[in-house]
Amino acid sequence: MTIWRAIAAAALFATAPALLAGEIPPDARRSGYSFMGPETRTMQDDDTSNPGMLFVLDGEQLWGKQSGSAEKACADCHGDARNSMKGVAARYPAFDKAVGRPVTLDQRINLCRANHQQAAPLPYESRDLLALSAFVAHQSRGVAITAGDDPQVKSFVDQGRDLFMQRKGQLNLACTNCHDDNFDRRLAGAPITQGQPTGYPLYRLEWQTLGSLERRLRSCMSGVRAQAYDYGSPELVALELYLMSRARGLAMETPAVRP
Amino acid sequence: MPTTRRQFLNLAGGVTVVGAIPIVTLRPLRATPAMLNTAVRNVVGEAQIRTGKVKLDIPPLVENGNTVPMTVTVASPMTADDHVKSIHVFNEKNPQPNIGNFYLNPASGRAQISTRIRLADTQKVIAIARLSDDTFWQVAADVVVTLAACTEEMN
Amino acid sequence: MAALVNVPARAKRGDVIEIRTLTSHIMETGFRHTADGKLVPRDIITGFTCRYNGAEIFRADLFPAIAANPYLSFFTIAKESGKFEFEWIGDNGYSSTASASITVE
Ligand code: HEC
Ligand code: HEC
Repeated sequence: MTIWRAIAAAALFATAPALLAGEIPPDARRSGYSFMGPETRTMQDDDTSNPGMLFVLDGEQLWGKQSGSAEKACADCHGDARNSMKGVAARYPAFDKAVGRPVTLDQRINLCRANHQQAAPLPYESRDLLALSAFVAHQSRGVAITAGDDPQVKSFVDQGRDLFMQRKGQLNLACTNCHDDNFDRRLAGAPITQGQPTGYPLYRLEWQTLGSLERRLRSCMSGVRAQAYDYGSPELVALELYLMSRARGLAMETPAVRP
Repeated sequence: MPTTRRQFLNLAGGVTVVGAIPIVTLRPLRATPAMLNTAVRNVVGEAQIRTGKVKLDIPPLVENGNTVPMTVTVASPMTADDHVKSIHVFNEKNPQPNIGNFYLNPASGRAQISTRIRLADTQKVIAIARLSDDTFWQVAADVVVTLAACTEEMN
Repeated sequence: MAALVNVPARAKRGDVIEIRTLTSHIMETGFRHTADGKLVPRDIITGFTCRYNGAEIFRADLFPAIAANPYLSFFTIAKESGKFEFEWIGDNGYSSTASASITVE
């Protein structure tokens, strides 16, 4: 049954004439927010009813709490996050000289834990890591995305772009087939969006919790029945970087809400 | 089938959460009409339930059954001798018919409550209000759920 | 874990005010199974109470059909300055509290 449905989905995209081909022009870029129903928008808009804010509050607590054998809190070095972290998430993934490649915000936080706090890394998708990255990214809410502008990351943006265009999985679909060529259409009743990364980490109703962009990308990969890249793998970081550069100029929304 | 989209897209992330329990499926033991009836009778006893006074705001078509916003409002002056004592919300097809009981009093000022609920399938939601004179009033609304809640299936 | 309570900081005596609360909780229904077929035990918030200067003004019984990270909004009449206290209780001895103050003039 599942396979039949899968084939039906693939056929839909093979035979339907694409409305758009290739990349979305800058002035046509739209956040996933604009595809949502009024109830879900209201949930995101009001901080007192946005469940993602619970994680931001947890992150604020952690920001001021000592951790690791260096007995330092994030706040001891970075001070008030409202100033020091404003706009930071809009530049991530960003190039790290020590490792010689781009790192995600989650990886940056874990680098600070390792190098500056002498603390163990927080596992991907753990509540504490999500809370910290939500708190840091929340300081960029409303800031226009500029990730990918740094010439040092150009080759990684290109790698991410290639991955975005590459057909994968049993369904033999590329990200671009859905998110460039078929946004605004519906897949079994739900709208396909442009797949913009503006709101992460975000509260997804389906997950009933906050989740990272990597979790979202991995679910899209399992969706086309492809083996998902590992958390933190160079491929996933490159894809994330390409998505951010593709969203250039869109405003950060963390913590967004999505169905 | 409400799970159609999931079956070929499988956007569920349960398996990818590091350290979380991979949850597979819920075989929805559904609430039966008899269970719903029993749950309602537990609240109202043998009293007659009239239609009216109660308003239920819930989207007719929801994007995800895991988190459905809902508001119940009862037309009442909320005075000492004429007020809403409680509001009871039920569903037809979740594994259990109860959703919530909400207790009010004249100090509430307004007989209105909002919450977010889970709906495992396209179904009816029923709100019943008990007034200070121990009469019961109800309203029902139909909600179409495009994606079933509670099921996070693995590949 | 965090709770978000929203009470107006000030109000006029006699105003009907809205109170909104959001609290962190997974609300595990008790109807789901793990990959090897084991039932995931129920873990939900079962009760919520709001007191205004000590007197109960709102109470709720919650069931598994309440969404994760429960949200509740309700009303009360602002009668005097003071404190709202919120309490959530649930399975496995769960209990959490929050409070907010109001100035009524
Ligand atoms: C002992 C000081 C220290 C502590 C503690 C510390 N950091 Fe850092 N952080 C730095 C330094 C120095 C940098 C610059 C990059 C580098 O050298 O690692 C940095 C960079 C960052 C950046 C990237 C900023 C940018 O503009 O790209 C983020 C985000 C960050 N830290 C978050 C955190 C968080 C979250 C914590 C707590 C979990 C934390 N840091 C703890 C010293 C610290
Ligand atoms: C079969 C079509 C399809 C394919 C192929 C696909 N996706 Fe998606 N994607 C969806 C749907 C449907 C959603 C959920 C609704 C939405 O946000 O578009 C989604 C959501 C997303 C989101 C979340 C957007 C938001 O607003 O938070 C991102 C990011 C994303 N996809 C990226 C990708 C990437 C990267 C790939 C390739 C690895 C990919 N998708 C492949 C259909 C697809």
